[in-house]
Amino acid sequence: MTTFQMTVSPDFPPNRIAGWYIFNTWLQKATGLNIHLELYNDFESQRRAISEDQVDMIYANPYDAAMLIREKGFEALARPHGKVDEAVVVTRADAPYNSVDDLKPGLRLAATNDPAVYLLGMMMLEPAELDKENLHVQQVESYPIAAKLLIQNEADLAFFLKEGFEKLSSFTRDQLKVLVESQIGDLFHAFLVGPRLAAQKENIRETLLHMHETPKGQDALASLGFEKWENVTPAEAEFMINLIEALK
Amino acid sequence: MEDMRPEDIVGEYREYTLTYYDGTSRKVLVTDIETPYPDGKLIVSTTDTKGIITHANQAFVDMSGYTREELIGQPHYILRHPDMPKAAFRDMWETIQAGKTWRGYVKNLRKDGGYYLVYATVMPNFDKEGNIVGYTSVRRKPSRRKMEEALKRYAEMLAQEQEEGA
Repeated sequence: MTTFQMTVSPDFPPNRIAGWYIFNTWLQKATGLNIHLELYNDFESQRRAISEDQVDMIYANPYDAAMLIREKGFEALARPHGKVDEAVVVTRADAPYNSVDDLKPGLRLAATNDPAVYLLGMMMLEPAELDKENLHVQQVESYPIAAKLLIQNEADLAFFLKEGFEKLSSFTRDQLKVLVESQIGDLFHAFLVGPRLAAQKENIRETLLHMHETPKGQDALASLGFEKWENVTPAEAEFMINLIEALK
Repeated sequence: MEDMRPEDIVGEYREYTLTYYDGTSRKVLVTDIETPYPDGKLIVSTTDTKGIITHANQAFVDMSGYTREELIGQPHYILRHPDMPKAAFRDMWETIQAGKTWRGYVKNLRKDGGYYLVYATVMPNFDKEGNIVGYTSVRRKPSRRKMEEALKRYAEMLAQEQEEGA
C-alpha cells in the first residue's frame, strides 16, 4: 500500500506537535490512506523535501501555498474556519517610535524565516522606505526569541505572525508595543494535496469538511486549535496567490 | 458612466470633464482633501479583460467612498483623477495586456471628490491555457517621498499632454 507524506508549515506553535499526530491518526482512519507525518524543523529542509516531490499533503502558510499551487500542481482543499494570517511590526514599549513614519534606516530587525510574515512585515515598512538593504536583518528561530531580542535591546523591530505575538505571555507583551498590524483578511493557511493524491482529493476534502460532525473529529480539531475546516475554492486560492505575487 | 453629483461632494470643488480611452466622457468634481492611506491595509480589486470591476474588497469600498454595489460592474476608471496623465494608464494597459505586471504610483479620485494616494501593482490573471481572463490590482500605502516625486512627474506629463491636445 502506498504511503503518502504529510507535513506542516514549520511556523506552527510547538504546543501543537501532538495535535498534528492526533490529526494524522484521525485522517488515516477516516480516509483509509496510509499517511506518514513528517515535521520539518525549518523551512529549508521542508522546501528540499518539496522540491524532491516527497510531500503529498501539507498544511501550508500562504506564501508556500502559492508556490505549491503554481509550481508543483498542488490544490488547496480546506482552511481552518475563521482564521486569517496577519502580521504585526513590534518594538520595545519604551522605544522612541510610535508609527512606521518614525522609523529610519539602520535599525535592527528580528524576523523568523516565515516567508508570509516577512513579506507582510516588509510591506508595512515600505512607506518609510525601509527594506532588507537598509535594515540589519537578523533571522531568529521563534517568536519568543524575537521578543527577547527586543526586550534586551538587541533588536529595534521584529515581525510576528499576529497569532504568534498574541500567544506571548502578557508579561512579555507588556514590555513591547505594536507599531502597525496588517488588516488584509484574505491570506490564510490551507491544507493542500499534491498530484499523487489527485484521485483522492475530493474524498479528502469531504472528509475534512465533515470532520467537526463527530466527537472524535472534534477532539482532533481541538488539539489543533481549530473549530472546523471550511472549503477553499480554486478562485479563493488564486486570489491569495495574486496577493502574494503583488507583495513580492 | 454618470457624472459626479455636487450633492456627493465634501468641500469646495473644481469641475473637469474626463474623456476615457473608450471614448466616453464624464464630469468629475474634485477637491483638495486627501484621505490618508491606512497603515497595514491592502486595497484589492479584480476586473475583467475590459477593466470592468468584478471584485472589490472592504478596503477598496472604504477608501473609494463608493458602496460595493456602486463599484461592481463599473469601469475601473471610475477612480481616475484628473491629475493623472493618460500616458501613465496607457503604459499600464500595454504592460498588463502583454502579460506582465505593472507597478506604479497613482492618485485616485473618491466619490466625495477627495483623493487618496497608492502604490499599485496590477497583474494579469490567466486561465489554464495561458489566456488572460482578467486583472488583479493590489494597492498599498506608498512612500511619501516617492509619491511626491511621481506626482511631480505626472504634473509635467499632464502639462505636455494638454499642450499637445492629447
